[in-house]
Amino acid sequence: MYQRERERERERDYREEMARSTGKDAQALFHSLRSAYAATPTTLKIIDLYMGFAVFTALIQVVYMAIVGSFPFNSFLSGVLSCVGTAILAVCLRIQVNKDNKEFKDLPPERAFADFVLCNLVLHLVIMNFLG
Amino acid sequence: MIFSGIALEALSGVVSLASSEIDQFMIGAVKNDIVKLFDSVEKYDDGTFYFDEKLVNMREQQGPLATTSSVVRGLTAFSSVITESLNLTGDKILGIAKFFLGIGIPGDTKNFFDQVDSLACLENNRVSIPLILSLPSTVISLTKKDSLKVKVNTVLGSHAPPLTVTLVRAFSSSARDNSIIENQELKFDPQDAVYFLDDLPASFDVGEYIFVFKMLVQDSEQQTVYATGTLTQVPIYVTGLIKIENAKIAVLDSDLGSVETQKKLDLAGESTVSVSANHLQKLRLSFQMSTPLGNAFKPHQAFLRLRHETKVEHTFVVGSSGKKFEITLDFLGLVEKFFYLSGRYDIQLTVGDAVMENSLLRDIGYVELDLPEPPENASRPPPQPVDPYTRYGPKAEITHIFRAPEKRPPQELSLAFLVLTILPLFGFIIGLLRLGVNLKNFPTSAVPATFAVIFHLGIAAVLLLYVLFWLKLDLFTTLKTLCFLGVFLMVVGHRTLSHLASASAKLKSA
Repeated sequence: MYQRERERERERDYREEMARSTGKDAQALFHSLRSAYAATPTTLKIIDLYMGFAVFTALIQVVYMAIVGSFPFNSFLSGVLSCVGTAILAVCLRIQVNKDNKEFKDLPPERAFADFVLCNLVLHLVIMNFLG
Repeated sequence: MIFSGIALEALSGVVSLASSEIDQFMIGAVKNDIVKLFDSVEKYDDGTFYFDEKLVNMREQQGPLATTSSVVRGLTAFSSVITESLNLTGDKILGIAKFFLGIGIPGDTKNFFDQVDSLACLENNRVSIPLILSLPSTVISLTKKDSLKVKVNTVLGSHAPPLTVTLVRAFSSSARDNSIIENQELKFDPQDAVYFLDDLPASFDVGEYIFVFKMLVQDSEQQTVYATGTLTQVPIYVTGLIKIENAKIAVLDSDLGSVETQKKLDLAGESTVSVSANHLQKLRLSFQMSTPLGNAFKPHQAFLRLRHETKVEHTFVVGSSGKKFEITLDFLGLVEKFFYLSGRYDIQLTVGDAVMENSLLRDIGYVELDLPEPPENASRPPPQPVDPYTRYGPKAEITHIFRAPEKRPPQELSLAFLVLTILPLFGFIIGLLRLGVNLKNFPTSAVPATFAVIFHLGIAAVLLLYVLFWLKLDLFTTLKTLCFLGVFLMVVGHRTLSHLASASAKLKSA
């Protein structure tokens, strides 16, 4: 009987250690990600922040629609699609501006930014038309 | 055949011009031919005789009228020029005369001429003059005590010679073997030139009869001159007042047959009665009819009609046995036929016949009928005809029902979420500040600086244009303005960004 108790105790200790180790592993992974991210240049971080802002706005609109129903459906669509569209354009800008990307080595970042601005303006014209 | 008629006419003309030198044998041959011609005469069922062409492939097909009139003209012309008489029976001449008289007024002028001309030829011909028997009125009223009048004339209405007109037989059309009058001679009234029979025998009841006449020329020498025919049948109507009596209407209880209400009806007067019944009871209408002589009389029409307030009608035939007429309406069986319609029904009685002088069609009152409720699958009464002028009257008013507006959320909730949506923008700006964003690369020297400022202002202007577009502009003005702004922005942007690019390139190379 005493032996079985000890076995059970050993099992418990083993499980706790596993959990702790996975927890420690996750923490370690998270830390490494954070430190790697800190190394990215500021321009890219700005673009990432902008993307986060756009997606967050879209999420808030979806929550609103879930609450009140989708009566002016075109308005809801235009709102959500403007956020999603601008986020996609930001992604494209990030790809083109990133210096580590071999494909777009010859493209000056100003040109990419000009494209970004132009596409955004066109997107927002269409969105305004659809907003109703 | 039409040509034979014309030939006879021509021949008679020739004979009249050279009467003394004509060979009598030839005239005899023509007479035989005429007799043979008359053997081919055709006859209708009512005793009229006529001629018609047998050959069908003639170019111009003349009708029997033209053919017969041509033959008559030829015959009368020929008979007037020869001295002996033709061997023709008067029956055929009379039949031909009746043919011409029986066709009424022809519509065609040529036919009309043929008819009148032929009758004129027959009026005074030398073969035999037909005499026509006619009655000015074929209706004898017992109440007015009419007498039977008969006229005898030639075809065109001239006077006939003295005749003996006999009523050979008179019998009812329903009992042909039983003749009521036999061999009654008619008296002659020289003033009106009619033959009349006063005082029909008392056994003459109302109804339809057939009278058979025979006429005979009194002067025996002249009997061959005139064609009187054998017997003439004429249908006669004898009318009178029919007695309707003992009329009553009663409501009976269905099971026992006992009388609940009974009212007397005055069918001759104007009074109306009213009764009421429910679906478990029966309605009985009864009356008695008899002729002036007291015999049983069955009218041609005896109907009872019930008409509801909604104009739905039901008609029933009143049955009879002998003198008694009775109809019983059992409402229990008629509930479905009446479409379960309760309410007031007008009662209309119709009794009529050709020989009844007092036929009646009268509203005799109304019955309040109480029927049960209709079940689910009862048939609806047929739709009644609508007054056709109602479609020009005012129509039903149309009230437009607008679509119910969608449910909108409360305004506070919407405003809350508007604020919530703006929040991420602030979050973005705060994040930017945290990242330590700088405006170091903003050009400081004059010209590029202005361009950079104008670039930013241009973007702001486009965004402002979009807001205006949403608020009140339409797409066309927006696009027009956008064209100008876009071109301007592109020029300025190109300047600014190329300046920036060259600046960063200089940095890289440096």
